Amino acid sequence: MPGTFTPDDAADTQALLKTGFDDLYCCYLLLRIADAGRARAWLRSQMSGVTRFNEVGGGKQLTHGRQMAFTAAGLRALRIADDLVEQFAPEFAVGLADDPSRSRRLGDTGINDPTNWAWGNGAREPHVLLAVFDESEQIRSIAETLAKEARAAGFWEPQILDSGDMGDREPFGFVDGASQPTIDWKNERTPGSDADMAFHNLIATGEFLLGYPNEYGLYTDRPLLAASAPGAASLPAAEDEPAMRDLGRNGSYLVFRQLRQDVRGFWRWLQRAAGSDPAAVELSEAMVGRHIDGEPFAALGQADIPGIRSKPGMARNDFTYAGDRLGQTCPIGAHIRRANPRTGDYPTGRTGLIKKLLTLFGLTGTAEDDRVASTRFHRILRRGREYGRWLDRHDAVKPDAPDPQSGLHFLCLNANPARQFEFVQGAWMASAKFAGMSNEQDPLLGNRAPFPGMQPTDRFTRPTADGPCLVSSSLPQFVTVVGGAYFFLPGMRALDWLLADR
Amino acid sequence: MVTAPVKPDRVQDLRDLLATMNSAPGVVDPMNALVPFGRFENIHVARFVVADDQTLSDRTAFPGVQASERIPLIFLADCDGPGDEMLARIAAEAGNGLRQIFAHCDDFDARADLLAWMRARQTPPTAIYVNWIGRTVRQVREEAALHEALRTALAGMSERNAQQLHGKLRAATANGPRLTPVEPRTLGQWIAFILGIAGLLILGLILLIPTLVIAPFFLIALRRAETTDPVIRKRVNAAYTRAIAIDEDRDITNPFSAIGSLKPGWFRLAITVVALRAVGLSAIFLYNRGRLARVSTIHFARWVLLDGNRRVFFASNYDGSLESYMDDFINKVAFGLNLVFSNGIAYPPTDFLVNRGAWREQMFKHFLHRRQVKTDVWYKAYPGLTNADLARNARIREGLERDGMSDEEIRRWLAEI
Repeated sequence: MPGTFTPDDAADTQALLKTGFDDLYCCYLLLRIADAGRARAWLRSQMSGVTRFNEVGGGKQLTHGRQMAFTAAGLRALRIADDLVEQFAPEFAVGLADDPSRSRRLGDTGINDPTNWAWGNGAREPHVLLAVFDESEQIRSIAETLAKEARAAGFWEPQILDSGDMGDREPFGFVDGASQPTIDWKNERTPGSDADMAFHNLIATGEFLLGYPNEYGLYTDRPLLAASAPGAASLPAAEDEPAMRDLGRNGSYLVFRQLRQDVRGFWRWLQRAAGSDPAAVELSEAMVGRHIDGEPFAALGQADIPGIRSKPGMARNDFTYAGDRLGQTCPIGAHIRRANPRTGDYPTGRTGLIKKLLTLFGLTGTAEDDRVASTRFHRILRRGREYGRWLDRHDAVKPDAPDPQSGLHFLCLNANPARQFEFVQGAWMASAKFAGMSNEQDPLLGNRAPFPGMQPTDRFTRPTADGPCLVSSSLPQFVTVVGGAYFFLPGMRALDWLLADR
Repeated sequence: MVTAPVKPDRVQDLRDLLATMNSAPGVVDPMNALVPFGRFENIHVARFVVADDQTLSDRTAFPGVQASERIPLIFLADCDGPGDEMLARIAAEAGNGLRQIFAHCDDFDARADLLAWMRARQTPPTAIYVNWIGRTVRQVREEAALHEALRTALAGMSERNAQQLHGKLRAATANGPRLTPVEPRTLGQWIAFILGIAGLLILGLILLIPTLVIAPFFLIALRRAETTDPVIRKRVNAAYTRAIAIDEDRDITNPFSAIGSLKPGWFRLAITVVALRAVGLSAIFLYNRGRLARVSTIHFARWVLLDGNRRVFFASNYDGSLESYMDDFINKVAFGLNLVFSNGIAYPPTDFLVNRGAWREQMFKHFLHRRQVKTDVWYKAYPGLTNADLARNARIREGLERDGMSDEEIRRWLAEI
């Protein structure tokens, strides 16, 4: 059956599609190639350690793992032909840091500008990402040994990014990672049916893996090779063009952004703005859109969402904002409401044909109810990890609190970064005009850069039942982008092809 | 809209000259020396476009269509009041700048009558869309100032009684900002509006029987065209899109300019004209209050047939990024886009004129990206404001002026401030 993820595919896919290796310690190695031939040989020697999709789950306990991904600059450094690299998504081929127009859209301006990054820009753009996972606490020395090997095998001095372990919390103290899409591995759902008029969480495989139908029922553009091309016979056939070989199949784009979080600044500002610790917590929870322990606001109620109901461990995710149109329970500008507005294809939800047609032609409802795009085209699979030291909020507000140098290594997987990651980051997080609002960006991630006409973007509003919104002004920037790159996480057969000598 | 062919050896000179009107890429200086748009208080949006069509080579798939076209300079403004009055005023007050610009075009004589020259090159639109018919630039600016004043006043009030707050906010803004009364439709305009609808209904009745008779033949011809038209799959050149994007996302609103060729023959031309006329009529009679079907982000749009109906020029002003604009196109109004644009060469194949087409997401995006051209100069009278802002500000003003609101209505009103 076309579109189905088979056991063969599970053996051909890197495990990151299935797991964040949360039980293991982690370091990221950023490598730059100096000598293509030797570097390729070394990367090939690492291939057997790359963990595959079918090696996790089912009670199997992993003790270590590796994942390998490449930037476009990395593929070029491996002497992959330019015209082939250009067949990947344009945003990948250009790169995260290399286009000021993209930076403007994503909010990577001012202090977030790539020229200020610790890595990811110009000569500090990595070629290869080697994610190293291990059960041993000595993860740093494992990474250093690998780095030393790489240094002797055709790479420049590698950069190592450490991860911290804050349990299930991110540095500000909130339980993170509750919301993820459920992937329709068996291709059971037909995207665009009436069921999609309302929000659901079961998303087409092709939104996260290349070579499968996406939410439009189509195959996302990716590099295809003629079967006669050198080595191509070992690649899987392209489902939509059987005469061609699919270099993209079972591969995904990995967005990596290092986000430094100003934990002290966050809690100190909250304390000042709200006046007391309970009020600071309440304001922070409104900004995030969840309670600090990860529970959603109870007044949102349960929603019985396809792809969430009956999934173990997803009870915290079973809600929508359909009953909270005005944002009096969860502010419209709250972080999780922007990141995943839980909208369906129609603002009315699922209705009969007449109502559907009336809505389609704009003859019923209002523009206000229809300002946010349908969520199913803009999902990402998050695989991030926090780094730095844990600093409790009670300590963070003390005047002598040390800088914990902490933040998030934000990683996410998607098949069309322009439509998925960049849309979420640009149109929903960074935009001061999300959902018809003005003057506020994402309360956590916003860079607070004023707008044309010097309009402020540093507010946060909480609608209330008694009329006037509670307005917080002059939010400082809490999160700074300090590095990042777009990687391609290939399938195993594609990896083999990319690393072959030619 | 004024259109004139640019002398082939002057294209780059013209682009360089137009660039002097901008203070930064994609940002016009409203008081620039050539055409200071900011001085014309009734212009909403305006643009100059040197429309260098990148897709003429697609025509080779259709034998017999002429291979080349001239590059036109397009000057376009959306304003309050009659367009011809505006043209006369801008010719009088920015004549020197316009003469410098148009000197790059065919048959321009700097000593001759500029207004007459421009009038002779006016290209009438086949369809125009206006987000909110009758909302003037002055109203937009006054209501934005009012919102700011109310916001400031409300922030300083501890009162929580709805009725009393309404009264206090009225008192606080009684001496400004100034609000020019919104002119309701005149009796004449109402009569014209009602007669228009009546006329359309009568026309519809008259055409009903002939339409039913023709329908089967039309569908057969349509399906034949849809199944045999050459399919052109060309990806956009990333460097080309990147060069255009330099000007984008400088304001929350972006201009979109595109030019492309129609498939040859009377059949596709007829569908285009009928579809665009239908869009134009619906924009006047149905979609005149904030939405074009489900899409609320478009401020102004127009479709203009050029070059003896061989090409269509499309210009719009939309809120958000191009990616979100295309998202709206595909996920909300694909049927409408298919109806209008599927008669263009290289559009993704449609079924029965409204199905598929734009739903072929990436093929459609390549189609649009390839037809998009750089908007050399773009002006908007109210930077930073979206249609959502304009509509909300209008509701806030309306609520301020309305008497006898219930507590609940006032609370809703207060929440918007």
